[in-house]
Parts: sequence; C-alpha cells; structure tokens
Amino acid sequence: MKKLIKKLTETFGPSGYENQIRNIIKKEIRGYVDSLKVDRLGNLIAHIKSKGKKVMLAAHMDEIGIVTSYIDKNGFIRFSNVGGFFPIHSLTARIMFENGRVGVIGEEQRNSMKDPLEISKMYIDIGARNKKEAEKIIPVGTFGCYERKFEDLGKRIIAKSLDDRIGCTVLIEVAKLVRKKVAADTYFVFTVQEEIGLKGAKTSAFGINPDIALSIDVTGTGDTPKARKMAIKLGNGAAIKIKDRGMISNPSVVNSLIKTAKKNNIPYQLEVLEMGTTDATAIQLTMEGVPSGAVSIPSRYIHSSSEMVDIDDVNAAIRLISKFLKTSL
Amino acid sequence: MLLEELSNLDGASGDEGEVREYLTHKISKFVDNIETDPIGNLICFKRGKKKRPTVVIAAHMDEVAFMITSIKKDGTFRFAKVGGIDTRVTLSKTLRIGRKKIKGVVGVKPIHLQTEETKDTIPKFKEFYIDVGATSDKDIKDIQIGDYAYFDTLYEKFNKNIVKGKAFDDRVGCSLIVDILKEQFDYPLYAVFTTQEEIGLRGAIVIGNRIKADYAIILEGTGAGDFPRKDDLPKSPYLNKGPTLTIKDRSMIADRKLLDGIIKIAKREGIPYQFKQPSIGGTDAGRIQISQGGVRCAVIAVPARYIHSPVSLMSIKDYKNTLKLTLSVLKNLTKAGIK
Amino acid sequence: MIDLENLIKNLSEASGVSAKEKTPKDIVKQELSKMQIEVKEDRVGNLIGFEKQKRNIGKIMIATHIDEIGLMVTNFDENLLRFTTVGGIDKKILLGQEVTVYGSKPLKGVIGSIPPHFQPKEKQKEPFTIDDLFIDVGLSEKELKRTVKVGDFISFSKKCVKLLNNRYSGKSFDNRVGVAALLYTFQEMKHFKHNWDIYGVFTVQEEITGLGASSATYSISPDVGIAIDATFGKQSDFPPDYSVEIDKGPVIAVGPNIHTGLRKYIVKIAKEYEIPFQLEAEPGLTGTDAAEIQVSRLGVPTLLISIPLLYMHTPIETISIADIKRTGRLIAIFLSKLTRELLKGDKYAT
Repeated sequence: MKKLIKKLTETFGPSGYENQIRNIIKKEIRGYVDSLKVDRLGNLIAHIKSKGKKVMLAAHMDEIGIVTSYIDKNGFIRFSNVGGFFPIHSLTARIMFENGRVGVIGEEQRNSMKDPLEISKMYIDIGARNKKEAEKIIPVGTFGCYERKFEDLGKRIIAKSLDDRIGCTVLIEVAKLVRKKVAADTYFVFTVQEEIGLKGAKTSAFGINPDIALSIDVTGTGDTPKARKMAIKLGNGAAIKIKDRGMISNPSVVNSLIKTAKKNNIPYQLEVLEMGTTDATAIQLTMEGVPSGAVSIPSRYIHSSSEMVDIDDVNAAIRLISKFLKTSL
Repeated sequence: MLLEELSNLDGASGDEGEVREYLTHKISKFVDNIETDPIGNLICFKRGKKKRPTVVIAAHMDEVAFMITSIKKDGTFRFAKVGGIDTRVTLSKTLRIGRKKIKGVVGVKPIHLQTEETKDTIPKFKEFYIDVGATSDKDIKDIQIGDYAYFDTLYEKFNKNIVKGKAFDDRVGCSLIVDILKEQFDYPLYAVFTTQEEIGLRGAIVIGNRIKADYAIILEGTGAGDFPRKDDLPKSPYLNKGPTLTIKDRSMIADRKLLDGIIKIAKREGIPYQFKQPSIGGTDAGRIQISQGGVRCAVIAVPARYIHSPVSLMSIKDYKNTLKLTLSVLKNLTKAGIK
Repeated sequence: MIDLENLIKNLSEASGVSAKEKTPKDIVKQELSKMQIEVKEDRVGNLIGFEKQKRNIGKIMIATHIDEIGLMVTNFDENLLRFTTVGGIDKKILLGQEVTVYGSKPLKGVIGSIPPHFQPKEKQKEPFTIDDLFIDVGLSEKELKRTVKVGDFISFSKKCVKLLNNRYSGKSFDNRVGVAALLYTFQEMKHFKHNWDIYGVFTVQEEITGLGASSATYSISPDVGIAIDATFGKQSDFPPDYSVEIDKGPVIAVGPNIHTGLRKYIVKIAKEYEIPFQLEAEPGLTGTDAAEIQVSRLGVPTLLISIPLLYMHTPIETISIADIKRTGRLIAIFLSKLTRELLKGDKYAT
C-alpha cells in the first residue's frame, strides 16, 4: 500500500488537472469492480453492482495548487491560489508543473519579519533568465502543485497531497479487500475539483442519486504542542465525523458506523472539525437530500507539502468501510 | 429545603427584607432574643449556662444584584450593579424586578447585525437595558427607580451531590447558622445575619460596635479554585474537598490559635478541610476583628464555583462537612486549647 | 383548538438542535394528529404534514424550520467540557448560561469561565472566547467520561418567561415561533375552502445548510413555496427609524428572493382582511429557507413571511403571541384566495 501512496502523492494533480491521478487509479482498481466510467467533469466512477441500497463513497483526486497569472520582464512568475494554498506553507517551497518543470517560491522584501505573508507579494522562480524564456516553458494560465518526496517513517508517513490521495488509497484498498462481496450497491467515486468548491461531488452525486454517502478525506488533529483544542489524535483510529464547518453528519449514518466499528473491534475516534469540510457536504444537498457522513484519516500539517498520517489509522478506515459495505443498511 | 429556599429568595445590599423575614421565622423558636438594628442586621441571641466567652457566628444576607436607575420613553430601563458583578455575565440574562418580581431581559444586539469591531467588544454597561415587554413608559406600573433586579435563577439539583443556584455567597452561611442554632451551647451565642457585606462590609461595622465578642466565626460561601489553569498554581479550594479555612485574605489575618484549634478538631474528627488561597477576597471578619477592643476571628467557608453570577455550583457534601466542623468547633471552644 | 400559550412554551423549552430535532418534531406530530392531518417524515428528517384535495389545482408548500442553534462537545478538559457552536452564536452571550448536555443521559450544566479577577485588567474588558469557556456539569472526570463523548449535542436550557403585553421570552423562538404559526395556519385553513394540496414542512438543519428546505422542495416539487421564519424586531439599541416592530403583525419580505406577483397579492389580502402587516426590504438573499426554495428544479414562486423577534440567537428571544395568530390567519386566507392565474407572470406589476 505504501508504494501506491507514494505514486499517488508524488504525481501532479491540482484541481482541474486530475488526469494523471485518474489514470493511476483506473489501473489499480480495474480488476476489482464491475464497471468504470468517467463523467463529463472528469469524476472516475467505479461500480460494484449489488441488490442492496446505493452507497456512494467519495474521495477527491485533486490537490491544492497554484495557477500562473503574469510573468515579469525578468522571468519571475506571479501566481494565484487554486484552493486552500496558504502562503505560510509555501515560502521557498518547490512547485512542479505538468510538463515536469520545477520552480521555487520567493517573496518580495517585507518591511519587517512581523508583516503577514501575501500571495500578491510572492512569485515562482523557475530559473529562467528572462520573460521570453519563462513564457516558453510556463505560459500564463499554467497550473502547478507542490513538489515533494514521499517519506516512510515506519508507522507514519509524510507526503504532499495526502489530502486526499490517502482517501483515494483507502477506496482502492477497500475495493481490493471486499472483492465484490458487498451488500450495498457500491459506487467508488474519485471526484475532481473538491478543493475549489466540492464541484465533482455535486455533479457525480446528481448522476448516481445515492441512498447513503460517505466521504473519505483527511481531518485535523489536536495532538501537537499547544495545538488547537481538538480530540483527534494520530494513531487512535479511523475518525467518524460528527460535524465539520460545512455539515452535520446524519445521526443514523454515524450510529451505523460506530456500531460497525464496535462490532468488529476497529479502533475509531469521534470527530468534530471546526475548520474545513468535505465532499459529503455537497452530496448531502443533492436532490431529495442524501443521508451522509464521513470517515476521516487524521492528519497533521494539512495543506502543507508535508502532511503526516498514521498507517494504523488508514488500515482502520479501510476495515471500517469494508465492513460497513457488508452490512445490510 | 433550607438551602434551596434561601437561594431562591431575593435580597441585595439594602434590600435584605425578604431574607430577614424568612430567617426570623425559621429561628425564632431556637433563640431567646431577636432584634433588628437600624442598618438591617438581624441579631439573634442564645443564652448560655456560663457568662463567657461571648461568641458570634455571622453570615451576610445580601447577594449581588442590580438597581433600576432610570426608565426610558420606550419602556426599557437603565440599571446599575449593586455589589461586584462582571459586566460580561449580565448580557442576555433574565431578571426579576421589584416586590412583584416582574420578569425582564437584558437585551443584546443579534449577532447578524453586529460589525467586525462590535463582535469582539463588550458594550458599555451604561448602555445595557432591561426589557419587560412594555411598548412605552406608560405601560410601566409596578416598577420604579430604585427597585432592585435579581438574576431569575431557580435552585436545582444537578446530581446526587452538586446543586445549582444563585447567591450561595452567602445564603449557604445563613443556612448553616439556622442549622447550628438548633443545638445548645454553654456560653452566650450571638447569631448575626449581616447586611450590605457586598458593598463594603457595612453591616459588620455596626455589629462590631454593638456586640462585644471574644470570638467570631464567619460562615461564608467562597469562590472555588478548581477551574482550568494555564500555569502550575494550586487549584484550592476544590468542590467536594470540604470546608475551606482562611489563613489570610485582603481584609484580615485569621486568629492563629483559633485557626490551629479548628484544624486540630478537623483532624481529630476526620473531617476533610482545605485552605483558601491567601490574599484573595474579604469578609465581614475584616470589620469585626478590629471592632472595639478587638475580636478573635476565623472564617469557615463552603466553596462554590461561579459566585457573583446567575448560576453557582456547590456540593452538599461540603455543606454537611462544614456544618459538622463548625458545630464541633463551637461545642469544643472552651476546651480544645483554643484559649 | 390549539392552546397557543402552552404550545409555544413547550416548543421553546424542547431541545432540537440542528440534526437532533426529535423532541419538537414529536410535539408537532401530536398537534397535527389532533387536527387529523396526515404526517410523514422524509429521509433527511423533515416532518411533513399534508392535506390532499380530491381534485387539486396544484401543490403549495409552506416551510418553517424546526431546528435551533446549540453547542457541541469537542473535548474534555479534566472534569469540564470544551465545546463549539452549532449555528451562528454570539460568544458574548454564552457566559453564565444554563445548558443541557445530551450524553448517554441528559446532564444539566452551566457555561463557566475562570473568575474575572484572575484575568489581567485589560482582558477583563474583552469577551471570553469560546476557547476560554467551558461547560461544568458538576461531575468528576471519571463520571463525565462515562456519560459524555466528543460530538454530543448541547442545547440551551431555559424556562420560557411571560413579559408584559402577551410577549414571551425564551430560547429558540427562532424558529419555534414559525412552527407555531404553521400549526396555527393549518387550524385556520379549516375555516376556508380551497383546492390546493397543502404540504406543511417542518424543515431540519436550516441553521446549518438549508438541507431540509432544498431536499423537501425537490421531492415535493410545489407550485408555490412559502417560508415562515423569524426576523429582527426593533430593539431599544436599534436605530430609532428601524421599520419592523414586534406586535405589529407578520412581516412580508420584498426583494429578488421573493415572487413579486405573489407578494403584491398577499399584501392586497392583508389590507382587505384588515390583518396588520409590515414590509421588510430584502435586497439580496433572505438567509432563510426561501433562498433554497426559489431555485429548486424549474424554479418556484416564493414568499417569505416573517414574525418579528427581539434578541435573535440568544436564550432571551422575545415574541408576541398576537403576531403568531395574525400570521396564521393571513396565510390561511391567502391560500384560500390563491388561483393558478396569479402564478402566471406578474399580474400586479405596474
């Protein structure tokens, strides 16, 4: 599984440019589902047919990134954010573009170290000597994302875009584990453009019209020094979401997940997230409304180029969702 | 139940009548003499076999509350604090006003209509207002300037040991005295329910002038210390850890020998006890101790959380232990080497 | 006959935080069955009372949200609870409020802080942040962790009080006042003949996402949607020229979120039947279920009728019973007079 996570996280895929990720996932999941299709916006929908209730599981393929907006006469490239790309994580980080080129993020001189970082005062340096050279390689309107190597720390791993390639990994591993033996009519949906407004989730849910939906995404933790007070800890199990900034999970779905976890001795923790939301928020509001919840992977340093998760939590999530799909709902 | 009824009564500094009436009714058959002095202190006297020592037990009847200061044309009221109340705890609370206990609410602007600045600032207390549902000042019949307004709290049991109510500071002391008066003592005992403690220990000044006492034990409700701290400081006094003894507060230093005697008795009888953090708060003991030729004073208190707010929490276990300890001290005053 | 005083007291004191609306829904179910109105619940929890006609000219949906704002447990701090808000709550009103924590059993609690004199003087002038506040239920750490878990819901617990002029003050009148008005509308409609299928929807989670309204409107697909909610009434600390006042009747919203023709018609009805009413200008989205209703499917002609309420989103929300009755009567008469012609274009446009 770590090899898969490494491949997925090191690959380019900001919102709107998820094709490389989609291709990797297609190859991995193909043998474990009845059908695969790609919808109009680019969502990858893998389906295991069954007579039970329609369950939609969503994990997003896109990561946060940047888009180039202007190249100055010396070849420095100005940019704006795609999704929650925060300046504080990006100063002197490396950005990669679809064609493989890599650059460094620099900033204009600040009046004092205490001044806040602003994207408008930052730029990408791809080592070009002038505007003409830069434009040839990276024209205006090019999308980029963090460039960072995957690190295996044993029980824990560090990588960029674990949000939400780890969710995609979980779905793939669930498909491999269940081997089509599920009670639910299961749709594994790898969505696009979550980071810029849950767009893929909205449209794919309209197409499927599920009876129940779960998003599989990352959530924060409260276990680092003087952290925001949050009960989630790395290593304490799969997080069952009660509420986040965008929605309240359907209480029956939450109870069902807790019951499944308890029955199968799967470590779990209860999640209340104050900042951030997931695809489930958009799916919930589809048509007649969809009872929705989420299983989250606790992660530190979200939206930086070094997100960290615990492999035990990932495995707990895989087991939890697999068992959930086998219960008659 | 005594504590429940006392907590639900309304009586602030200068308006202690309701409490005084209730207490008079409760203790009259246990004492030999009752009188009320011009500042409103209720002074009860129990004769003893011996003539010395003269002992005073005291608690204050008043709680912190509000007073109506003006009536606006639109039928709402401006009001002031009587005693120390944190402005912040007053917002959006329900009050009961005047003899007729008319209900009113302390209005606050809806969050949707606040600006970025006002979201993080507390409005000035002089801009606070009480709304009783009037359409104009012409609707106001039973409320006038100078009427008192109290937090509209009702006593409630939270679980088998913890209770919620207002004014545990110092109705708990009043309740203890009523329970104590049911017993007999060999020396003359003054049970004093003072007024106006919350605005400067005023009733106690007069008590000090009126009674020449050898010892005084002040029974109080004191602020608990068991709230979350960012530092390493001790959290005493805790709820459920027993009667709280004052070593030194801002109004006085407790009589050393008397305090040592109390501790000895507590240890001997296996009654839990704890100490109040030094240099915080003040009590009637501050006035009584330095009255006339001086009085040897100690303070025994029941800890309570969130005093001076609409909802305070205390432990019945602490009440019982405080009663036990105080009775034991009073009964053993002439022995136990307290002299 | 609905005992309105008792009903609003019970509705106000019932705990029904967004996603946990069972208790107020049970009260509504009882009232609807007393009026012999059929009840069902949809899959996101909306409660729907409906009256179908033998030959109907269309469907009218009246939606009013049944959820209230509240709090939620986020963490333990020894024997105390840390919490976050569910819905929009002003942190300044939290200190010293009484609450109920819904753990494995309901626990009474209070919202506390460190004593003010433990703060440095400058801090005493600032409101406590939610991170600085905690909930105390008077249990030991062990007992607490046995009964409560992260994610448990918390509601304000407040007894409703009666003020002068038949006004009531209590928690969650936003929007139990609308719930009462919708029930009263059903009662009033029994006096009038009409040919519409009526769907009275008590929507869930309006305070969070509008999930109830968007889901119900989609599945019912009505010809007309009417939202009933609470709106701001003039308080002593409002500008003196603020136009909406308590006890002056239902408030009819005007603006892009509202169907002009329907709005003009309901104003005409109010004048004709001498029901006191007020107008409220809404230049953008109304921030109510009306926003979700209007853009459902092929679009729905939408009205918003609001009841004036003081001190919104605090436990001392204040309303006038007379306004509830006026609202119910106005909507009932409007429905009886409404024809399909009025939906075609803007008959009353000038």
